[in-house]
This record gives sequence, structure tokens and C-alpha cells, in this order.
Amino acid sequence: MIYLDNAATTRLSETAFEAMRPYMMDQFANPAGTYSFAAGAAAAVEKAREQLAAVIGAKSSEIFFTSGGTESDNWALKGVMQANAAKGKHLITSAIEHHAILHSAEALKKQGYDVTILPVDGDGTVDLDALEKAIRPDTVLISVMAANNEIGTLEPLERIGEIAHAHGVLFHTDAVQAFCHVPLDVERMHIDLLSASGHKFHGPKGVGLLYVRKGVKIAPFMDGGAQEKKRRAGTTNVPGIVGMAAAATEAAAHMDEIAKKEIAVRDHLIERIEKEIPHAKLNGHRTQRLPGNVNFCFRFIEGESMLMLLDDSGVCASSGSACTSGSLDPSHVLLAIGLPHEIAHGSLRLTLSEETTLADADYVVDTLKGIIERLRSMSPLYEDFVRHGGR
Amino acid sequence: MYTEKVMDHFMHPRNVGEIENASGVGTVGNAKCGDIMRIYLDIDENQVVRDAKFKTFGCGAAIATSSMATEMIIGKTIQEALEVTNKAVMEALGGLPPVKVHCSLLAEQAVHAALWDYAKKNNIVIEGLKPPVNDVDELDHDGEEE
Repeated sequence: MIYLDNAATTRLSETAFEAMRPYMMDQFANPAGTYSFAAGAAAAVEKAREQLAAVIGAKSSEIFFTSGGTESDNWALKGVMQANAAKGKHLITSAIEHHAILHSAEALKKQGYDVTILPVDGDGTVDLDALEKAIRPDTVLISVMAANNEIGTLEPLERIGEIAHAHGVLFHTDAVQAFCHVPLDVERMHIDLLSASGHKFHGPKGVGLLYVRKGVKIAPFMDGGAQEKKRRAGTTNVPGIVGMAAAATEAAAHMDEIAKKEIAVRDHLIERIEKEIPHAKLNGHRTQRLPGNVNFCFRFIEGESMLMLLDDSGVCASSGSACTSGSLDPSHVLLAIGLPHEIAHGSLRLTLSEETTLADADYVVDTLKGIIERLRSMSPLYEDFVRHGGR
Repeated sequence: MYTEKVMDHFMHPRNVGEIENASGVGTVGNAKCGDIMRIYLDIDENQVVRDAKFKTFGCGAAIATSSMATEMIIGKTIQEALEVTNKAVMEALGGLPPVKVHCSLLAEQAVHAALWDYAKKNNIVIEGLKPPVNDVDELDHDGEEE
């Protein structure tokens, strides 16, 4: 099997697994306990907080643990908008955000908040002029993702942060795909809130974090006990947190090296596909791009059938076609970068890890060529295209 | 998510292709929604479907239902072919996930559109056959509804 869906989730690293084990077995204590048996678990959580803060240049007191990226995004938007309602009710975000952001923004809209959705260009880069123009006196928060989960485009965080802070507006970034994959620095990039999720960088599932800059007002999202300085209730997920920190420390230490390796395989895939498969279009920015992301649209065919045939050849990949999105519309990201529906239906996303080799890439392209040829030979759209002289 | 039958018809689709000088051709669906089916019919002088071929742009279920529908109408009279419903196609495939039921409907509509084309060409009326819905050849592409 060749697993090329690392943007969906990753394999847990051995180091993370080993780090977690004692906190599920011998040291299973609830860190909130007052007995000395709980001290080990409590200390492990605080050490993890420091390790994770170090990845983004934050202080450990600014890291709050959550159940994952979706909770962090929900909390950032809803918590900040609610706590700062005295200033205003305006939120700015972008058209290519993850649904955890877009649906949170929708929910806020229903509660009477005002939301501006920024357009992106053909590469998926947020329009900075539109951002500047969208800011109003009652704007509380700008939320723009660090890297897009489908097309891999890296957003200009530093510029966005500068614009936000020049106008006294808070800046949140959904860094679920970027954290531990590309360098992030909350100071240099003027980031006030940042979401991350453990299982996107070889940590465990079900754990994430929200960085909240000291002094930023945010309402609690989970009500209950006094965990996380009364900001996020719920029994501390000690093994999850420890595993996430171990994975992050490992990934951050080798970030450059891993990125170089992935970029070599990524660019090899892109080059071969562009050279050998006709009517293929690369989606996302060519260089300002996640090291492990490849996303193409193949005209005249539909994504799900492509995935099924790839699966039959032992390749795990994903698509933004309607059939895989669970609705009649293809991915909102592909539509936002200006692709027509019929082309967006034929998208394929391959997301690599440091384990992906050039030989894997060659096998995938060789297989894909046959699959696309086969599906095109069955496609009435391709038949019409050929009949009309290839126009 | 798919039955073994669906996977079989997807992996090894029957009757893929075109028929030259077909007795009737029907194309239904919408590229915007991600499914287009085209069915070619070869109908003999006794109004029996001698051969059927298809081309489909769409998901696994769309391809499997096209394959099954063509399989089910070959050898049938046009009247019998008309009575092959989407439900019958679905049943023959051992069922489809709820979100894919529309694929089987599209297969039924494609057969009907091809029969309609045949009737029109031969100036005959097929009892019970309604004008094709969802026929892309009859649609004004610029005026497609959302």
C-alpha cells in the first residue's frame, strides 16, 4: 500500500507512541488530583506545553489543549467574537478555509454577527487589498489559514498579521496543516491565536491546541471543571498531550530536512504528471506550497472513480469531487480558485510524508496514467472533446 | 460502501463504448453535478434491443449503474426496456448507498432518452414513454439552472 493521504491523517510516530504508553498504564492519574501520584502526569502535561510552545515561539502559558483542530477553530472564532462583542461584531475570514472555520462563521452569522469572506486568486492566495478594504471599526477578528488543506497554498501570514495589527484587529490562523511542517513564529507573524491538531504531524488523534496570546480576551467554549486555567473544561488528555508534544518535538527538530525530502518527491510527481498526462492542471501555488501537497484536476473524468481505481492498485488518495464531499457541489476551495464545476469534479489530492519515496511517486504516476486513460475512454465528455477536434 | 456487485460492474464494466449509426442515443445528466451518461441503442426491425453501449462521466455508482442498465435491456423489446426501472437496476446491483440513488435514476433516464431518440427518428410512438428529462443535448448550456 502507498499511503498518500497524510493531510487527512498520519501514522503515529514510534517516539510519540512510546512517550504516551506510561500515561495510559502506570501513570494513569488525573493530573488534577491532589495526591503525589498525580504529580507525574501534571508535570508531563506542563513539559508538553513548553515543548509545543517552543515550536511557534510562544510562551507555555499561552498554549491551551483541546480535542483537536475543529474544537480549536470553533473556540477561537466563537470565543473571541463573544468576549469582544463590546468592540464590535465583525469577523473576516477567507473563502478557502476549512469547514471548521466556515461553519463556525456561519453559526456566528445566525447569532447576529457580521462575516466578510475574502476572495482568493487562482493560486488560492488571499487577496490582501480586499482584506485591507474589509476592515471596519467594528472588526474584531481576522481568521486566515496558514496552509490550505486541499491545494497546499501557504498564505502570507506575516503580511496578514501586519495588516491586522496596524488596524488593531486580532489575527487567528488555522495552522492545522502547517504546524510542524513549515516554520511558524507567532511574534514575527503577529499571530494572536493559532489552531493545531496532533494527528497531522504523526501525533495521536483526538488532541490539539489553541495558542492564545497573553491578554487576548476569549470566552470559554467548554464549561465544566477548572482545567486549562478555567478556559477549557474537561479531564486533561494526558497521553494525547504527551504524544502530541513528542511528535512535535521530533518533527520540529527535523523540519528542514523532512521538507527538503518531501519537496523533492512532490516536485517529481508534479513534473511527471504535467509532462505525461494531458489535460492536467496543477491546483494551488507552485512554490508557496506545503512540502507534501500535490493537487491536480484531470479534465473529462470524475474524482471518485479515479480514487476507486487507485485504491484497487493499492494507492490511498483523496479528491474534492462532489461524490467525496457528500454534496452535489465539488470542493468549495476548488470553486474559490475559479475552477468550473465539471473540472473541479476531477480533482486528485496526493499528500506525502517523509516516508514517501521517489519509487512510490513513479508507481503512482505510472498507475495514474492508465487509470485516467481508461476513465477518459469511458467518458462522454472526452468523446465530445475528441469529436470536436480537441477543443 | 459499495456492494460486491457494484464493485464488479465498476471494475469490469459491461458494454462500454459507442455504436456507429445507432438506432437511438440519449445523453442525460449535468457535468456541473458530476454525472453524465450516454446510452447508445441498436434496435432491430422487431423492435428488440440488439445491443446497447454506454459512456459515463461520473462516480463508481454512475459507472456501475450504466453497466447494469445496458446489461438488463439487451435482448428486450423496447416496451420491456422501458419498464426497466431505476429500482430494478438498483436491486440487480444489490443496492446503492442513499447518496447514490440518483445515479440509478440517471441510468433509467438515459435509457428513456435513447428510446425517445429512436422513436423520434422512426416517427413512432412508444406507449408510456415521456419526453426525456435531464437531457443535456436538449438543454441550453448557457441557461442551465443552478
